[in-house]
Amino acid sequence: MRRRFGRKHAREYLTFVAFVLPNIALIAVFIYRPLISNIYYSMLDWRLGSATAKIVGLANYVNWFTDPGSLEVIRITVIFTIATVGGSMVIGLALALALNQRIPGTAFARSAVFAPYVLSGVGVGMVWLFIFDPTYGALSGILRLLGTSGPDWYLDRNWALVMLIIVYVWKNLGYAAVIYLAGLQSVPNDLLEAAQIDGAGGSKRFFKIVLPLLSPTTFFLLVTIVLNSLQSFDLIRIMTKGGPLDGTKTLIYQVYEEAFVNGRAGYSSTVAIILFVVLLLLTVGQMRYLERRVHYS
Amino acid sequence: MHGPFSRQNLKATLLKGYLPLLIATLVMVLPLLWMIISSFKLRGEIISMPVQWLPHSAYGGNYTIAADKVPFARDFLNSIIVTFFGAGIKVVLAILTAYALVFIRFPFKRVVFVLILVTLMVPPQIAMVPNYVFIVGLGGMNTYWGIILPGLASAFGTFLLRQQFMTFPQSVTEAAEIDGASHWKRLWSIVVPISAPAIATVTLVSIVYEWNDYLWPLVIIDDPHMMTLPVGLTLLQNVEAGSSQWGVMMAGTVLVIVPILIVFAMLQRYIVSGLTQGAVKD
Repeated sequence: MRRRFGRKHAREYLTFVAFVLPNIALIAVFIYRPLISNIYYSMLDWRLGSATAKIVGLANYVNWFTDPGSLEVIRITVIFTIATVGGSMVIGLALALALNQRIPGTAFARSAVFAPYVLSGVGVGMVWLFIFDPTYGALSGILRLLGTSGPDWYLDRNWALVMLIIVYVWKNLGYAAVIYLAGLQSVPNDLLEAAQIDGAGGSKRFFKIVLPLLSPTTFFLLVTIVLNSLQSFDLIRIMTKGGPLDGTKTLIYQVYEEAFVNGRAGYSSTVAIILFVVLLLLTVGQMRYLERRVHYS
Repeated sequence: MHGPFSRQNLKATLLKGYLPLLIATLVMVLPLLWMIISSFKLRGEIISMPVQWLPHSAYGGNYTIAADKVPFARDFLNSIIVTFFGAGIKVVLAILTAYALVFIRFPFKRVVFVLILVTLMVPPQIAMVPNYVFIVGLGGMNTYWGIILPGLASAFGTFLLRQQFMTFPQSVTEAAEIDGASHWKRLWSIVVPISAPAIATVTLVSIVYEWNDYLWPLVIIDDPHMMTLPVGLTLLQNVEAGSSQWGVMMAGTVLVIVPILIVFAMLQRYIVSGLTQGAVKD
């Protein structure tokens, strides 16, 4: 139906603007503006709180890319991301298979598995810091009962990273489990039964039927968990503060540390821009891949 | 078909069915149980070796010591205020925007939607330094609005509710339009009541997010009386440098974790569906 132009349209447009403006204004001020400011800040030699700043062009970028410490930050970020994403997805899928049985009690187990995902990262970090405590922790208590002692989680930079990865996976694997569970429930049963009649064993059915059918779910999880992992901050700040010896300093932690610990706001913005470009490339790459996938399914 | 509890299946069910479930549940639950148990231990029980797994009696002193070092009662109130207004305003703005994007005619709707959608990709940490400078410049350091305001800019709720409103039966709103009901009226008396479950989900997810948010409150607050619970808890960590004070720290941690755990236990169905939204196509 065609509508008359004039007052009715004007009213309609005005209502739209009134409804949308507060939200759009907030998004413009607190998301788009900072993105642009960051580009400018990243070219400053500027300390947080200081009124003066010197424009240094791309010097911060040059410094970051020539600092051997940056390579280490990248290495740790990559290890942390791959280990947490892989761990959450593999264990999450195993859990989803366990939770997908038609037996009583799965509802409770499902809640228990998902619960850590909604808890405060600060609280979770504190609990696990206590568990990992080398002298009084429950873990060292258990290891001592077994007649052995664990590594020094607090002081060894490699073990500190392993500790963080364990806790991150513990906290976030419920997310992967619940989404895999939803995916599993959409796998048609008659397909599995037909394969069973044809004599396909459990593992064959899993690898030849279930896993391929789950591939869209796997892909979705990969996208969301990679982004989530790269933004992980709470646990690192509570448990290791990026240490020992920068052994757990990821890109996101460097953004925080440079600005609010070292006061180097300009340099921090440079790292933020680098992180943003990484996220942008990852997201765009994944979306292009996703587009191709959607056509196939 | 054999039922799960028929005699020949019982052993297999227990071994292959319940054993993994039991292990998983224990691994997820025990650390939290350990937190609660430890918060009621005497200092001597915390540092005893070998580990004394259970306390002799429930000792409440850790909670009073924790409350003595950090103004937890005040921080608790701060967290509730920040969560209430942060989540509340965010959801109302999301409802308004989503309604406009679906039900109101406007030429650049698609552009507006894409502008909102793109922000899902920008992690808040990247905006941290410019927003810090901006909010501090406006005098927002150590204020409620300083904590709340930047977080209100969020695309998640808008996106989710828009998807929900798209499935809305057009005939219902068209009938109301013919009756002369304004958009405002249509929104609150038709669309919102029918979409209540989706709105509840978005609200819960926002509550979880606001309650747990740490980085922004950490940088914008340095007065212990204005801290939210997660930030206050780390203050305790700094005060209690000696690890023998774990009982006190666990008491503080209980205060941060248990409220949201209770909310989760009561409303987990909605929270799960909200946080996993978009994962599975229907």
